[in-house]
Amino acid sequence: MIRLENLTKHYGPAHDPLIAVDNVSLDLPTGEICVLLGPSGCGKTTTMKMINRLIQPTGGKVFINGKDTSTVDPIELRRSIGYVIQQIGLFPNKTIEENICVVPDLLGWDRRKSRDRAKELLELVGLQPDLFLKRYPKELSGGQQQRVGVLRALAADPPVMLMDEPFGAIDPINREVIQEEFLKMQREIRKTIIFVSHDLDEAVKMADKIAIFRSGKLEQYAAPDDLLARPANSFIEDFLGSDRALKRLRLVSVGDAMETDFITVLETDSVEHARARIRSSRSAAAFVLDAEGAPRSVLSEQVAEACSGTVGDHAEPVKSTVPITGDLRQAVSVMFAHDMPLLPCIDEAGRLAGVMSYRSIVHHLGHGGKA
Amino acid sequence: MSALAGQAAPQQSRRIETAPLIVLIVLAGTVAWLWWSGMAEEILVYSDDISYLVVQHLELVAWAGGLAILVAVPVGVVLSRPAFRLFSEAVMQVFNIGSTVPTLAILALSMTLLGIGTVPAVFGLWAATLLPIVRNTYAGLRAVPPHLVEAAIGMGMTPRQVLWRVELPNALFVIFGGIRTALAICVGSAPLVFLIGAGGLGELIFTGISLDELPMMMAGAIPTAMLAVLVDFILGQIQYYLVPRGINPLR
Repeated sequence: MIRLENLTKHYGPAHDPLIAVDNVSLDLPTGEICVLLGPSGCGKTTTMKMINRLIQPTGGKVFINGKDTSTVDPIELRRSIGYVIQQIGLFPNKTIEENICVVPDLLGWDRRKSRDRAKELLELVGLQPDLFLKRYPKELSGGQQQRVGVLRALAADPPVMLMDEPFGAIDPINREVIQEEFLKMQREIRKTIIFVSHDLDEAVKMADKIAIFRSGKLEQYAAPDDLLARPANSFIEDFLGSDRALKRLRLVSVGDAMETDFITVLETDSVEHARARIRSSRSAAAFVLDAEGAPRSVLSEQVAEACSGTVGDHAEPVKSTVPITGDLRQAVSVMFAHDMPLLPCIDEAGRLAGVMSYRSIVHHLGHGGKA
Repeated sequence: MSALAGQAAPQQSRRIETAPLIVLIVLAGTVAWLWWSGMAEEILVYSDDISYLVVQHLELVAWAGGLAILVAVPVGVVLSRPAFRLFSEAVMQVFNIGSTVPTLAILALSMTLLGIGTVPAVFGLWAATLLPIVRNTYAGLRAVPPHLVEAAIGMGMTPRQVLWRVELPNALFVIFGGIRTALAICVGSAPLVFLIGAGGLGELIFTGISLDELPMMMAGAIPTAMLAVLVDFILGQIQYYLVPRGINPLR
């Protein structure tokens, strides 16, 4: 757990200081990622660097797992905190193995243990140890270097990590991949992470909590969905942008937002029967399932009102579906692409599990999502 | 490591090998000319003198160069420390102006202070050799990217560890460049110390000039040139193998 208590940094003369960080307090539970977000010069990086005392605070305290860090020797403190910077900062004079082993070596680990650890870590991100251990940083691509930069911070298995725009220097495509990879890794290693970023999309994707800074002040500290749903003031609203509702879509899974009270009918049923069932429900269509329970065709309310005969004569084939593990962004995209006001949602076995409509999305976002 | 080095090195190492090769061809040409013109025989008359003076010459260079490295590298390191940043540029300016003083003038000054003989000679050569090494050490350390130092401190290195494990290794190539330049200057200037009574190959050169004895002068000049090339070649090899592959633009 990381706790910042009235953390403050002043520069310049005491009577007329430049206030870089102003009374910042926040709590981050163990195993969560907190993204410090804000425009450049807002104090987010200064705040982060006060945690490992690269910058000495003017006032306030930092607690890591309940321990006041000002009572710890800064050198020891830094060895116990993983540190990743935007420029990666791999030492070009050292091999990948030596780079990963920097902190274990500083801590005086047994050589074999640290070398085994380097091997194990490389395997974790899918870089073959035989190929990479003895290479030098300049012989790696940018993405590979950034992966090694993260591994180096993880080498001594620190409970806390500081990451200063760690994926900022990577091209957008690779960045997505590395972010995913990192999140996957984080789900297993459960580090407590302070992550500095100026990219809202990255923050929404990575964060359990987002802390928004403006000119040294912590403006809002909340879970991403909360933040997007309920920005605390107009600065944050502007910062999040007018499309913040769309950004939220990514945070909600299809399973959470879909309606489960859909109607199913058989192909041999009469249209009148289907019409009566549609009218008596809140639904706007009835689905026909195949033997496995997968949605095969759909009879919309308009068609049911206008036609007669059997359902099989009038139902239209289902053009597309969305898995319930997907996010709302994906669902909306499919709905727009195929002009489907009603989108069937399917589970892992391909069975119809729910229905997504514009109304269910608006309803979900309107209620502040998960909270 | 050897397997990988084998993959990466050949193309570039070939480029390095060409420089000494050209020198060798020119030298061979010169030797051949000397031989056919009969000059060689006249020069070889002095072979006993040459072998004695070459050793003396090298001793002077070794003392001056060795002491210069021992002093200049630490001075460059100190000047590059944050605590000295305020003065370091001013000090470097003084050094730069100092390096414009001709070696002959330094030797003259050295003689007025210390008299004649080996000690003032080594001192004078040392002073002339110092400057490029200080300058390159300082510049090399200043050129280490700040983010490397930040990463090192952020991971918990002490200032001393940052210097030894990150800054010096990454500045090593530039520092070595300074040492090569300095020693080439040192070997080339060393004949002048004959003028303050310290011997060396200058003895043959200056006496040859005074007596208008071309073969005698050549007997001093040719070994001096060869020594300069040889010293630079040896240092180049040391630089090539000592500077890690990750930061060695030649490998």
